Amino acid sequence: MKAYLSDRTGAALLMAPLLLFLVLAYAWPFLGVVKWSFTLPTPGVGQYDALLTDALVQSVFIRTLRIAAIVTIVSVAAAYAITVVWVRGSPVQRVVAEFCILVPFWISVLTRAFGWVALLSNRGLINTWLQGIGFISEPLALVRNEFGVIVGMTHFLIPFAVFPLASAMRSLDDRVLLAARGLGSSRMRTFWSVFVPMTRSGIIGSATIVFVFSLGFFVTPAILGGGRSVMVAELIYLRIFQSPDWGLGAAISVVLVLFVGALMALLFRYVRPRQLV
Amino acid sequence: MQQPGRAAEIKAIGIGKSFGSFRALDNLTLDIGRGEFLTLLGPSGSGKTTFLMILAGFVQPTDGRLYSDGVDITDRPAEQRAAGMVFQGYALFPHMSVEANIAFPLKVRKKSAAEIKRRVGEMIERVGLQGHEKKLPAQLSGGQQQRVALARALVFEPGVLLLDEPFSALDKGLRGQMQAEMKRLHQETGTTFVFVTHDQSEALALSSRVAIFDHGRLLQVGAPDEVYDRPANRFVAEFLGEINMLPLKGVRNADNGAIGLCEDRAVSLRGNADTVGSNAILAIRPEYMSIAREAAAGENGIAATAIASTYLGAATRLDLTTRQGARVTVSVPNEVAAAALSKGNSVWLTWPAEKGFLLPDGG
Repeated sequence: MKAYLSDRTGAALLMAPLLLFLVLAYAWPFLGVVKWSFTLPTPGVGQYDALLTDALVQSVFIRTLRIAAIVTIVSVAAAYAITVVWVRGSPVQRVVAEFCILVPFWISVLTRAFGWVALLSNRGLINTWLQGIGFISEPLALVRNEFGVIVGMTHFLIPFAVFPLASAMRSLDDRVLLAARGLGSSRMRTFWSVFVPMTRSGIIGSATIVFVFSLGFFVTPAILGGGRSVMVAELIYLRIFQSPDWGLGAAISVVLVLFVGALMALLFRYVRPRQLV
Repeated sequence: MQQPGRAAEIKAIGIGKSFGSFRALDNLTLDIGRGEFLTLLGPSGSGKTTFLMILAGFVQPTDGRLYSDGVDITDRPAEQRAAGMVFQGYALFPHMSVEANIAFPLKVRKKSAAEIKRRVGEMIERVGLQGHEKKLPAQLSGGQQQRVALARALVFEPGVLLLDEPFSALDKGLRGQMQAEMKRLHQETGTTFVFVTHDQSEALALSSRVAIFDHGRLLQVGAPDEVYDRPANRFVAEFLGEINMLPLKGVRNADNGAIGLCEDRAVSLRGNADTVGSNAILAIRPEYMSIAREAAAGENGIAATAIASTYLGAATRLDLTTRQGARVTVSVPNEVAAAALSKGNSVWLTWPAEKGFLLPDGG
């Protein structure tokens, strides 16, 4: 490449197909969605006004943010523990951790959602077992509610939270940890006041990825929420395909994309993209 | 390492460390005196750093015991030994300010906020970092980071300060400055310093004693002039600086040391002939040899021919060959070198009897 192309031209050419695909498959159709939000059913900002006043839309947005926040906290915490073992454990621990991280990628999101239904439903494994040992008399409501959605989404998103954390932990200089212990700090204290702060960029990156993913989650909430715990993506689907209200569906989509865009902009102000891989 | 503020006395007895089949350190016995400045010197892989890590508690020895002020600390974890440590590359906490880095060892010891503030302030002044308190390590120069590392390691008044090649990343001028600073800190704090380096001039300049390592063995311990002038073997002699080696025959003991034949001339020297056998090596440092027109009667001297000179500014380095073909280097005043090269190049090399010493042949 270098012989006849400058580095910059070469890089631009290599990225061009992806950029072209993104423009044609995402940016262009999205502009169409933006147009709908201002023209359907009648031209104007009526749909955005409706967003601000519609109690249902607002409650869905609030629920989505709440679920995304809980999923983010739980996923990042669980991923942190797995990643510590994966990056700093003994050789055997590393293999086991790697297996736990990679296996979920081989199973489709649908399969996993139905798997959780089988585990969590009223006549599912967990409830039958708990009733069997006499721990409970009535089945617990574990699915078709927010709890089920959170469980399913957390399970799906933990592996995605692992990679930014692993990258931050791998680049950490072991001597700094030794230094802390040599200066009198216990293992616990070294972990909390040196190790965790030094992986801050990984935590921020990991949390952002999980949060952004969560905001647009569709399949898992649709199956595990059972129509009762509707999140934004499902609401857009309902507005477009079931109650033909394309204008409102489009307006919700635009708000969601802008919100995610703002989050990403905020992230890149604090963390360089390179630190996330 | 027991009571802060008091220099520790360390005793290592029969310390050994194996990594798999590799023997990193073998049967090391060494006393480190209270308040001394001991340098561990050797090439990479010689075991000096392994020993430092064992002292710090980061590496567990395979054999032997380690005592600090008479207490067995072999199995004590690093955080309970609390030796101050300065790492290669400093290992500062990148997310903490200069102040917070230095305060860290006091915070983990749960000192009061007022005491922390006072002692950190004193330490910052002592290492000359005023005005940099709020900066992060990445905003400091190499020399300043070095000072933070020293301050952080000394602020809790450890019984011993361990330093792992702390100057290797600094340029030459800064290195000299930091060496002087470290010597001053040693005098001011009175703490025991154990310093690892592979730079022999640094070792000789800084230490009260030097311990020379090679291949996991401790070869010799002694004051700088002792190890330099009376090395225990050829490795130590060569590692500590340039040295001339001449084959010596018919070595036997005499009144004040030994005598032998060097290129068919009788020479007298220091040492015990019994330890080396009749064929041995005569070793002399270049700066102790001089050039003369004739060797006086009873003076050590051999004939040689000057073949090349290198001007060093303060002196000239002269390369010569002896009649039997041995290569010798001497360091002489500039005008002496010029004269030696002009006078048909044939000169006498002389040296004081007490500056030559015996080394076993081939070892």
